Amino acid sequence: MCLGIPGEVIEFLPDQPDLARVDVSGVKRVINVGLLSDELLEPGDWVLIHVGFALSKIDEDEAAAALSFLQGIGQAYEDELAALQESRIE
Amino acid sequence: MRFVDEFRNADTAHALAARIAELCEPGRQYKLMEVCGGHTHTIYNHGLEDYLPEQITLVHGPGCPVCVIPMGRVDDAMALAAEPDVIMTSFGDMMRVPGSNGSFFDAKARGTDIRMVYSPLDSLKIARQNPDKRVVFMAIGFETTAPSTAMTVLRAAAEGLRNFSIFCNHVTIVPAIKAILDSPDLRLDGFIGPGHVSTVIGCRPYEFIARDYGKPVVTAGFEPLDILQSIYMLMLQLSRGESIVENQYSRVVPWDGNPVALKAIGETMELRPYFEWRGLGFISHSALKVREKYAAFDAELLFSVPGVRVADPTACQCGEVLKGVLKPWECKVFGTACTPETPIGTCMVSPEGACAAYYNYGRLTRTRVKEASRS
Amino acid sequence: MTAGRLDHPAARQPADEAAGPQSPPAEAGEASWVQQALREHDEQAREELARQQEQAGNHEQAGNHEQASPGAARHVHRGSPQPLPGTVREELVLERIDRARRSRPRVREDRITMSHGAGGKATQTLIEAIFLDAFRNPLLEPLEDAAQLHVNGSRLAMTTDSYVVSPLFFPGGDIGDLAVNGTINDLSMAGAVPVCLSAGFILEEGFPVADLSRIVASMRAAADRAGVQIVTGDTKVVERGKADGCYINTAGLGLIEGDLLLGVAQARPGDVIMVSGPIGDHGVTIMLARGELGIEADVTSDTAPLHGLVADLLAQADGVRALRDATRGGVATILNEIATAASVGILVNEDDIPVRAAVRGASELLGIDPMYVACEGRLVAVVDPAHAERALAALRGHPQGAQSAIIGHVTAEPPGIVQLKTAFGGTRIVDLLVGDPLPRIC
Repeated sequence: MCLGIPGEVIEFLPDQPDLARVDVSGVKRVINVGLLSDELLEPGDWVLIHVGFALSKIDEDEAAAALSFLQGIGQAYEDELAALQESRIE
Repeated sequence: MRFVDEFRNADTAHALAARIAELCEPGRQYKLMEVCGGHTHTIYNHGLEDYLPEQITLVHGPGCPVCVIPMGRVDDAMALAAEPDVIMTSFGDMMRVPGSNGSFFDAKARGTDIRMVYSPLDSLKIARQNPDKRVVFMAIGFETTAPSTAMTVLRAAAEGLRNFSIFCNHVTIVPAIKAILDSPDLRLDGFIGPGHVSTVIGCRPYEFIARDYGKPVVTAGFEPLDILQSIYMLMLQLSRGESIVENQYSRVVPWDGNPVALKAIGETMELRPYFEWRGLGFISHSALKVREKYAAFDAELLFSVPGVRVADPTACQCGEVLKGVLKPWECKVFGTACTPETPIGTCMVSPEGACAAYYNYGRLTRTRVKEASRS
Repeated sequence: MTAGRLDHPAARQPADEAAGPQSPPAEAGEASWVQQALREHDEQAREELARQQEQAGNHEQAGNHEQASPGAARHVHRGSPQPLPGTVREELVLERIDRARRSRPRVREDRITMSHGAGGKATQTLIEAIFLDAFRNPLLEPLEDAAQLHVNGSRLAMTTDSYVVSPLFFPGGDIGDLAVNGTINDLSMAGAVPVCLSAGFILEEGFPVADLSRIVASMRAAADRAGVQIVTGDTKVVERGKADGCYINTAGLGLIEGDLLLGVAQARPGDVIMVSGPIGDHGVTIMLARGELGIEADVTSDTAPLHGLVADLLAQADGVRALRDATRGGVATILNEIATAASVGILVNEDDIPVRAAVRGASELLGIDPMYVACEGRLVAVVDPAHAERALAALRGHPQGAQSAIIGHVTAEPPGIVQLKTAFGGTRIVDLLVGDPLPRIC
């Protein structure tokens, strides 16, 4: 029920303003984007899809920030592991 | 898959796990509750508990909207489905929830016209295609799903459809969290906050948890790294003696939620004075019903439902599992009389229920897991 | 008793308010199995309590095994008593569950539901409790894809299948292709060379003859490709509204050479498990072809005859213990069948399981797991580790097996349980399918 997955907006349906075709990993489906009428959705934007509706526009900057934090953690971990290894050689 | 795969990196997970372990005070036990059924599912699906130190226990909360539907309401839904010329439409999760006389699935075997749909819009389509039938949509879910139901009702109204209605069982998350906080049975240290509910209601509604109860809250995404990072953020707050609301899922959750969605809900629905939750009892202002303006789409008004309050079976301990007081395997009938095939309560039947998740995915002690991965 | 129907004393409550606990009348059957579970639970709890009291003199026991921060009030723990440390208690419960799972299968429903056709737990229970129970004999007991019998010095394999797929025509094939390929594959899994098939048709009044001709043409082409003949058949017609156009039943006969003996019960710890290509193509194709979900994707059914692939494998590699084609219920079902039949554990790696991107995407959208989705042209092989490399090379050398991959191995513990190491590094169980996420797949 919480199931929401990211998809990319491909195009809007010409005669139906609330409907857009999205792509999820090569699979395409028409969904209702009426809940995002305040956003200026464009093809290429990513949205969160839940029971046939787009609930939220994915903020790519935030996503990048989240990823860089995670990668940083990973890198810091690597560095620490390396430091740990080195400190044994005495 | 973009925005999914990047949040499943195993090396980063190890790094986060190490950080989390560092933040644990020696000798102290931590209990963190994940509210969302979706989070419970991810935790078991990806074996996340393997990454956490023994000091941290994850407690599964009541954020499974199927799990909290009391038997009486299921019976009401079955009664609706049994009405002549009715096509009942429902999400897959509801199909096996047991009422006093079986589930939708059983009724279907007996010949009742019950159809599984992926979206309320599919239900609308069925209504359009079957003008001589009355189509009822079983509307369940927290605030995540309510906007979609609301938009569907607005669509139906705009099209002047006369054969479509909803049986509204939408519930709201904050009263459930408050009931947990006020419960004497449980002492929690922090909350892994609801993910997709927050895209609609935002993060402000959780501020009272941090402010009045002193528990940190981190709104979390649904990928394994999201949850690990959220646990890390919670542990950081706990180690500093802080309690605020943070948003780990910021790529999807806006701090102020989705005003268009909230408006759609507000236009079509209003809060019920009280509603019964399985296991938590009656909670005031915790559920939605259709507004009078849209009465033509309210199945409870168009049909007469029994509306009888049915107590849970004596053997069922779903209530305690939903509150996090019992772990699934501590329930007396878990895995023996109550299995996914033969569920007694909703925690076992819903794919997001703690019992189902544990039975289907997590049903091994940690020692056995280690043995197997070594052999 | 229908799954979920709770009209037994343990559940029945007066409609207005819950009365106190009722003592159950002496009702046999349904009521007793819940009561038995509760009794067992209480007995176990009493035993532990007794043990605890025995040891009470020696050391302090925490009545509450979950230690909250010091000074926190001990809460009343309303589940089973918790005298032992958490992990050991959990172990006991899991053992009790294992015993329950191994107990004699019984069909609890009084009507057939779609789950009984899904290929998962309900199907298995139905087969064991109803069919095997009634027909029991040594040839049937192994419950492999084909029965293996000796007739006048020759070893034959015999199999039968019914095809009720909806829609009849889909990207990659039609019901005719499934009927011929599916039966050939069941024979091949026994290591048999397919010789001939029968084909019985149940046709709906009003079904277009042109469609029937199309299906039959597919069957002819599939049979020719496989070098088999359809040597006997039958036709019935039922009234409009039944048979959904066309149902097909087939039976197949094949010859097993030499003393080859394949069977899932032969799997041993250390054995390697491999799959002959990406999984889930057929099931997802069918789901999308039904058109109800409004999803467009570039997937086609993988229906194909595997006898050539199997012949190459058996010719080039020794040590093949078992072969199964992954149809209803998917790869997950096969793995569970192996684990149960041989009383072994299985550990597979999510990262190693081949799935096409489009199948993964569609599955995510639908909330289903590709492990449980039907294939119609893929096999799962259990191979002696000493011969695994040769076996993999043999599979990959054949067009049907170009994307073969090793997905995991057989373990000694825990018996009967299939585990998956997630891409993430954690572990979870892959249990038998419950319910029917994808009806009428094949």
